[in-house]
Amino acid sequence: MNIIVVGLSHKTAGVEIREKVAFAPTQMEKPLRAVVALPDITEAVIVSTCNRVEIYATTRDVAGGMARLKRFLADYHKVDLELLEKHLYAYHGEDATRHVFRVAASLDSMVVGEPQILGQIKTSYGYAAEFKSSGVILNRFLHKAFSVAKRVRTETKIASSAVSVAFAAVELAKKIFGDLSDKVVLLVGAGEMCELAAKHFINSGVRGVMVTNRTFERAEKLAEEFDGKPVRFEELFDHLHKADIILSSTGAPHFIIKPKEVDEVIRRRKLKPMFFIDIAVPRDIDPKVNDVENVYLYTVDDLNGVVATNLEQRKIEAAKAEAIVEQEIGQFFKWLSSLEVTPTIVALRTRFDDVRRTELAKTLANWKDLPPDAEKKLESLTNAIMNKLLHQPTSILKKTDQGSRNELYVDALRQLFELEDTAPREALMEIEE
Amino acid sequence: MNALLFNSALAIYSAATAVYLAFLVKPRDIFGRAAHWLISTGFLVHLIFTLNRFREAGHFPITNLHESLSFFSLAVIGVFIVCERRYHVFILGSFVTPLALLFLALSAGYPSDIMPLNPALKSGWLSIHTALAFLGYAAFAISFGVSIMYLIQSHYLKKKKLGALFQKLPPLDLLDEISYRCLTWGFPLLTFAIISGAIWAETAWGTYWSWDPKETWSLITWFVYAALLHGRLTTGWRGRKAAFLSILGFAILLFTFLGLNFLPPGLHSYK
Repeated sequence: MNIIVVGLSHKTAGVEIREKVAFAPTQMEKPLRAVVALPDITEAVIVSTCNRVEIYATTRDVAGGMARLKRFLADYHKVDLELLEKHLYAYHGEDATRHVFRVAASLDSMVVGEPQILGQIKTSYGYAAEFKSSGVILNRFLHKAFSVAKRVRTETKIASSAVSVAFAAVELAKKIFGDLSDKVVLLVGAGEMCELAAKHFINSGVRGVMVTNRTFERAEKLAEEFDGKPVRFEELFDHLHKADIILSSTGAPHFIIKPKEVDEVIRRRKLKPMFFIDIAVPRDIDPKVNDVENVYLYTVDDLNGVVATNLEQRKIEAAKAEAIVEQEIGQFFKWLSSLEVTPTIVALRTRFDDVRRTELAKTLANWKDLPPDAEKKLESLTNAIMNKLLHQPTSILKKTDQGSRNELYVDALRQLFELEDTAPREALMEIEE
Repeated sequence: MNALLFNSALAIYSAATAVYLAFLVKPRDIFGRAAHWLISTGFLVHLIFTLNRFREAGHFPITNLHESLSFFSLAVIGVFIVCERRYHVFILGSFVTPLALLFLALSAGYPSDIMPLNPALKSGWLSIHTALAFLGYAAFAISFGVSIMYLIQSHYLKKKKLGALFQKLPPLDLLDEISYRCLTWGFPLLTFAIISGAIWAETAWGTYWSWDPKETWSLITWFVYAALLHGRLTTGWRGRKAAFLSILGFAILLFTFLGLNFLPPGLHSYK
């Protein structure tokens, strides 16, 4: 049995193609049933996120299976197959396994190490399990992908640092203040990036938000949006001591916050630390503010620097993660080939036994005047011959540590003895258990 | 028996320190757990050694440098274990256990024979005065370790060069809080130690205070920590300033405890 993957991602297709072939997450039953109804496709899982659409399936016929999945994608979404094919990738066997392990471990994501993708695959798998479109192989396949992702997460620092300016600001604030739940954020000005950063801080559970702006109405509007308090711009320095985190992005042509004032404010706060984030260009806050005791000032360039360092760190960690993925591929294939072995042995024995029984019955039918126990003796003799002949190949097949040679033997036996896929899903389930 | 216990404690502390330092390089959970288990075991063995020595000597085992360094080490580890349980900051061990190990290793370098106690020192106050003083010292030692961590972390944040340790060190606020808690425990202990010492001096030598070098330096240490605590409570000295003062305080404390032994002997001399 082979595992195949057909799909497209942000790396191979633009958003206009991706949105055309995306599946609605709440309506997975229909497409999943349709895929497993395709000839030669036995199991299927569909992953559909804003960055990728992929179908994982199992089949005996790799080329045919891939072609059917591609056609299915085109037909289902009524997209021209030729156009779609330019953006599609298709993998099987080891490459398919590597692909899913990398996707789950977030090595194939737009932002390497982002944690959302694992949750999305788990949800997709949940649908497949609910509608019974996945079976032994894909179950194991995806569970293995989850455990690889977990290993990558625990053994590397791939996701330990923020890779966006807004998240970097929150991360730094957490390193200064620890818990943010009793901290107050003050927005000075109402730039777009400032708003975004403020949202991240609110999501991190800060206690309150204050907003000030040259146009008071704008401050009021924004404050309302954040459930915060508006402050008149002229009264900025009367309120500054109440804020722990200050996000500044006014359009002022000169510094509006200077060290002398901050020095006074920090004294008023009994030296309780303050974190200034200056997102404005030109800058709003005099860089010398960073020299004030217990005050930390970061400009947008500083934050970009933090992000760049983190991305660099992620690259190093990604290399470690790739090594983990390679290691796990081997282990998964060992299991997969062992799965192929048992049904093949059963089929081989059944084939031999059928021949033995048929020939024995023919012989006995033509043989008159047999001594009373001859039939029993012939039965055990033929059985013994069959067992002796099958002993060697069976024990070789059972040695699962032979890796790819096992696949070769299984294929050869199936072709030489014309063994059909005699193991129904239930039998495989038993083996799995 | 005592030598075996002492050497075991020394060996376990060494192992724990090594694992804590490994945790500093690679912060894996398993290192944290192993280090915690090792240091707790080491503490238990060290405690049994101390109690055994108490029983053998018939007085609180803190009358020579071997004993005091060993007890200092025991107290530091004891207070550290409490802090670790309270704040779950495993990495603190990487800064504190080397210090405790150093004291215990130094202790090994001094004669360990049990000597008869000077008649003037035979008093219940010996236990009270020294136990209070060393517990206070231990709290200050933790504050010292935490302050070093604070300065490193604050340096990273100020310079915007988020080096290798940045991710591993706890937030500034938490470090400041631990340091402050240690001071609020250490200072009253030191104060009561000085008061009990004065009472004991009165019963032993007939005078509360005789300005011998140890007493003088103890008072200086007390003033530094008093100033630090006062500053924190009134003008809100915190953060880097507090961390620097805590480090200074501990340096003076070490001089009071160890450095004075190399100066002309006074009443407190262990020689």
